[in-house]
Parts: sequence; C-alpha cells; structure tokens
Amino acid sequence: MKFFASGNEAVAMAAFDCGVNLGCGYPGTPSSEILDELSKLGGAAEWAPNEKCAMEVAIGCAYAGGRALVTMKHVGLNVAADPFFTIAYSGTPGGLVVISADDPGMASSQNEQDNRRYAIAAGVPMFEPADSQECYDFMCAAFELADKFRSPVLFRMTTRVCHSKCVLERRKATPDAKKSGSFTKDPKSNVMVPAFAKLAHRRMRADLKTMAQINEEGKYTRIIENSSEFGIITSGIAFQHVLDAAPEASVLKLGMTYPLPLDTISKFASKVKRCLIIDEGDPVLFEQLKAAGIEVENKAEEFRFGELNVARVRKLIAGDDTPDAPGKPGKPPQLCVGCPHRKTFEVIRDLGCIVSGDIGCYTLGVMPPFNAIDTCVCMGASVTVGLGMRHMLPEDEARKVVSVIGDSTFLHTGINGIVEMVYNRPKTGHVVIILDNRITGMTGCQENPATGYHLDLTPAYAVNFENIVKGIGVDNCDVIDTTAEPEKFAELLKTRLQSNDCSVIIARRPCILALAKRSKMEKK
Amino acid sequence: MQITNIVVSGLGGQGVLKITDILAEVIFNQNFDVKKSEVHGMSQRGGSVSSEVRFGEKIYSPMVPAGEADILAVLDVTQTEVALPVLKAGGILITPDDVPLDQLKNPKALNTMILGAISANLPQLPEEAFVTAIENAFPEKLRALNVEMFKIGRNAR
Repeated sequence: MKFFASGNEAVAMAAFDCGVNLGCGYPGTPSSEILDELSKLGGAAEWAPNEKCAMEVAIGCAYAGGRALVTMKHVGLNVAADPFFTIAYSGTPGGLVVISADDPGMASSQNEQDNRRYAIAAGVPMFEPADSQECYDFMCAAFELADKFRSPVLFRMTTRVCHSKCVLERRKATPDAKKSGSFTKDPKSNVMVPAFAKLAHRRMRADLKTMAQINEEGKYTRIIENSSEFGIITSGIAFQHVLDAAPEASVLKLGMTYPLPLDTISKFASKVKRCLIIDEGDPVLFEQLKAAGIEVENKAEEFRFGELNVARVRKLIAGDDTPDAPGKPGKPPQLCVGCPHRKTFEVIRDLGCIVSGDIGCYTLGVMPPFNAIDTCVCMGASVTVGLGMRHMLPEDEARKVVSVIGDSTFLHTGINGIVEMVYNRPKTGHVVIILDNRITGMTGCQENPATGYHLDLTPAYAVNFENIVKGIGVDNCDVIDTTAEPEKFAELLKTRLQSNDCSVIIARRPCILALAKRSKMEKK
Repeated sequence: MQITNIVVSGLGGQGVLKITDILAEVIFNQNFDVKKSEVHGMSQRGGSVSSEVRFGEKIYSPMVPAGEADILAVLDVTQTEVALPVLKAGGILITPDDVPLDQLKNPKALNTMILGAISANLPQLPEEAFVTAIENAFPEKLRALNVEMFKIGRNAR
C-alpha cells in the first residue's frame, strides 16, 4: 500500500512491520516524531531520561532476544557513545538498530557533527537513507543485518530525510511476528571483560569484512550509468539534489555507507574521467576512498558547511566555492507570549547575573530583551560549567553565577551536576535554577519522567525534583512561581547569591503549550 | 512532464504546514509524484516558517531551488521579502492582500483562504479533491468554516 509520509513516519512503519519489541529514545530534533509514530501504530515506545539510558534499555531488550530500536539526534549519540562502542564488540542476539538524526546546517542544534564517523570509530555497520522509501526499506534491511551478524546497526538520517515527505510503499503487507524474550547465558559473548572483549573485537572486525562483501552485492547501492566523462559518488539526501543538478552524470549512490563496497566504488571511479564525491558534511567518503587508493575528487571545503541543495550542488560541480550570498534573515523564534521562563529571565537579567545556560526552549533567553544566557554547551552542562566558573572567578564575580536548566534537561544529565556541586563545593556556594515547565518543550511537548505520563499518555510515576536535590544534599531548595511572584523570586535569588550555600530554586509553572496538550487530553 | 514548485511562507502558528499538508495530500491522491519539505523544531516559537511542495511525474530533491518556485504564497507580509528569492521570474506571488480579508470570519483561517488562492492556479487539481482533503484535515466544528474560506480564496482572482 502507498503512503505519503516523512522519513520519521517511514522508519516507524518499518520498525513496526519488523515486529520491533521496544522503541526507546530521548527527544531531539529532527528525530523526535519517530517514537510517537511507532506508538500510534501500536508499537511499544518509551521516552528515557537520556540517550544513554535509552540505548542501554534497548541493549537489554536485545540481549533478551527482542528487536529494539533506539532514536536520538546526532548529539544524543555523544551521550550514548559509551554503551554504543562496547555493544559493537559484544553485539546482541535480538537485533539493535540505533537511529542518529543528524542536523547539517543546524536548523535546531548546537553543532553539525557528522555521525557517520561514529560508524567508523565504533566499527558498526551503517545505513544512510535518501528518502522515505529508503527509510522504510533500509530499516527492514538493518534488522535483517543485525540478526545475521548479531551486530548493532547505525541508521543515519538527516534533517531533510527525517522531515521531507514523499511517496512510499509499505512493502510488508503484514508485520513480522514479534520475537519472544529469552536469555541464554553466554558470558564470552555478553560480558565485555578484557579476555572476552579481545575475542569480540577480532570477531567484530571479521564480521565487518563479511558485511563489506555483502555490500558489494549491490542490494543497497544504485548505479546510474550515463556519461563516461563525469561520475558522482553520493549518499543520503545529496543523491536527490544530484539527480536534479546533474542529470547527465553517471551516479553511484551508496545506501550502506559503512563498511563500504570498495570494489564497486573502484570500478565505478575507473569508468569515468572525472569522479566527484558529493555528500553532506565531513569528507567521510573521501577519506575512506583516498585511504583505499581510489582516485576521486573531493568536494571543496566550502560545502562541508551547512546543508546542500540543488543550487549548491550545481556550484560544487562547477568548481565554484564562493560562499552563498546571505539571504534576508527570517524572524527568529522566541519565547512564547505567556511563557513562564520570561519572568524568570527578566529577574535574572535585572540582577546582573552571569548565567550558565543549557539546552531547551529557554536557550532562547539569550535573545533580546532578556540577554540572559551567557554560556550554552550541551545537555546538563549548565550546572557543572557554572561550578567551574565559580571556582575560577574572583569572589564578587563568582557570586553572580547562576545555572539555569530545564526540567527534562535536569533529569537528562543535570542530576550528576548537583552531586558535583555538593561534593566539590565552590567557596561561594552556587545557585541552580530548575526551570520546571512540566514538559519537554522545545522538541514538541514530549512527556518526561517528571510529568506523570508515559509517551503513550498513560499515567506514570512522577519523579519529584525536591526529593532528588534534598536527597543529594543541597543546603536548601525552594519552589516558586516566578510569573505569579516575581518580586519574591528576586528577593530569594538575591539572598541565595549572597550566601555561601549550595541552593536549588525550582521555578515551577507549566508551559502554555503543555497546558493546551493537557486540555486536549482531558477532552479525549 | 514539468515539475510544479510551490512555496508557502509565514510565521509559526499561522498554519503554514497545515495547508501544505492538505495540498500535498490532494496531489498524492491525484497520483502525481510529490515531495514536501520544511524544517521543524523552532516553528512553534513564532519564527519564520517555510514549506515547499514539488510535484510532477518524478521528483528528486524535496527542496525548491532558489528562483524556481512557480507559486509563492505568503501568510504574513513581513515574510514576503524573506521568501521572494525563491520565486521564479514571472512566477505567481500570493499575499494576504490578494484575498478578500473582509470576508475572513476567523483570522486563524487565513491559511485555508490562501490555500484557495493557490488552488486557483493549479487547474490540474480538482476543487472537490481540495474540499475532501480540507474536511479530513479539520475537526468537525471547523470544517464548514475552512471549506467556506477556501472557496472564497479560490474565487478571489
């Protein structure tokens, strides 16, 4: 049956049709819709507190014989890298597919890292779909490959593949039967102590060689034979731009981009006079082909930045590496009218604080009229970066430092920072403000462990922030609605900043979009 | 067969994605190849939103190349200058000034009125297909209003 669907919807359909036992993840644009779609189809899906937790739950599910899917944005894989590198050695009997949704051009991210490098670094096979149909087909292929080699598979999507919609055929008429859970004790395979990991590493490298041979069979590769003058090697969304920009060119389009089918590529490259690589992001293909001694031309450095499009691909082919003239900027996003963070930031700004910020809607507090975010690195960094500043700054400056972190971000990787705070206390203490708007806002109002609901909106235990920080041992913890009582908040913050206490202030008021979501839920 | 490129621009909350979803649905149901592209994530926060639809016999890139849009529709006039480079020479620009705003019963339905104006320039797509798609896209109490606004927009020029 045919559908008009986004890449995210397509992978959810495929995972469901492959009988996936569990989907886990942490929300992050452009990956966030996948698990919601899986849940809507009737699949089991959950939001974990962070990507590492999600990856490990999925690993456990796959150790117990289940098919598991784990979803995250590119920077999420940094958080989950620890289990990822070792599960590459051990593998799982059930089948584990890891979706990394990269964001070239940084539509909604703090960097544009190219996660294809993770496949190479960890030794994990990787698929790179170019449209929704390939999202569906390659997801099915990924689970098959995972079964065959008991290897995790990296499924690398990008913003345009995740969010573009196109026509796709849902090829499996009925979903595969779901695997049932079972565990066979096999410490040599599953316990990565050095003695067993040494064996596992050799096995993993040998498997990659076999997978490269399978990739040579051409199941995941498309070759368009045209001009003998000009050939293009490409992958992902860049393939689509290439077809528009260079209809005369011969094209080798790779679907499984690690391990590469080097013989196929070498043969293609030798048949054309000029062989150019056109892919988004880092020169990942070029470096591997160069190392294999295949003569190919890399894209100019200019094109490693940002997204490609048809016009840029035309320029790339023409050897024109002048940067594009910047267009008139659109209206930037801003904190909603009625957003509870607004008052909080006004107070922080008026007190002249140095603000260690974090990832979420509230990062928009950097914009005028608030100008109230001074650093932003990664999820959870607000607390610990603030502590480092407190250690280094002279006392009168150190007293101005506050960390602001959202509720979901606090649960993600902020809790460890509170432990650091009470363990390695700065002389001046510290103040952490948890911006608790009762939802994971920025990515589209997903549930989290403190909202009281699961991903599928069934009731859940709600984690209590006061209990967590008190249990860790902060000197004091206050809860305040800064919109209702801005003066009281200002006084409280002043008092805490002047003391040498390690303090947490929970600024609690629901996101207005979350309230809309809740009222919709009540109507149902 | 030729490719038709349509771009709709506006601000977060105006329903840009809603009408390109409806448009793409209509095209899909008429058995054209169709792709739709936009960037999610920040749009809820009132920033610029742009959505692109391409259709024809076979579509490759989901993004409309600069200067190649046949139709550019803008839901907020402040976005006209931002989006204009995408429109081809001689392409059709539709702004709120091109529809009878005095007949707009609810400002939230500006998007469907503009969709009507877009549809008037796409004779290969039947009016009934739009009406059906609009009815499917809105909850019951908003259906009649949106179909009415669509028809007013469609007959505006």
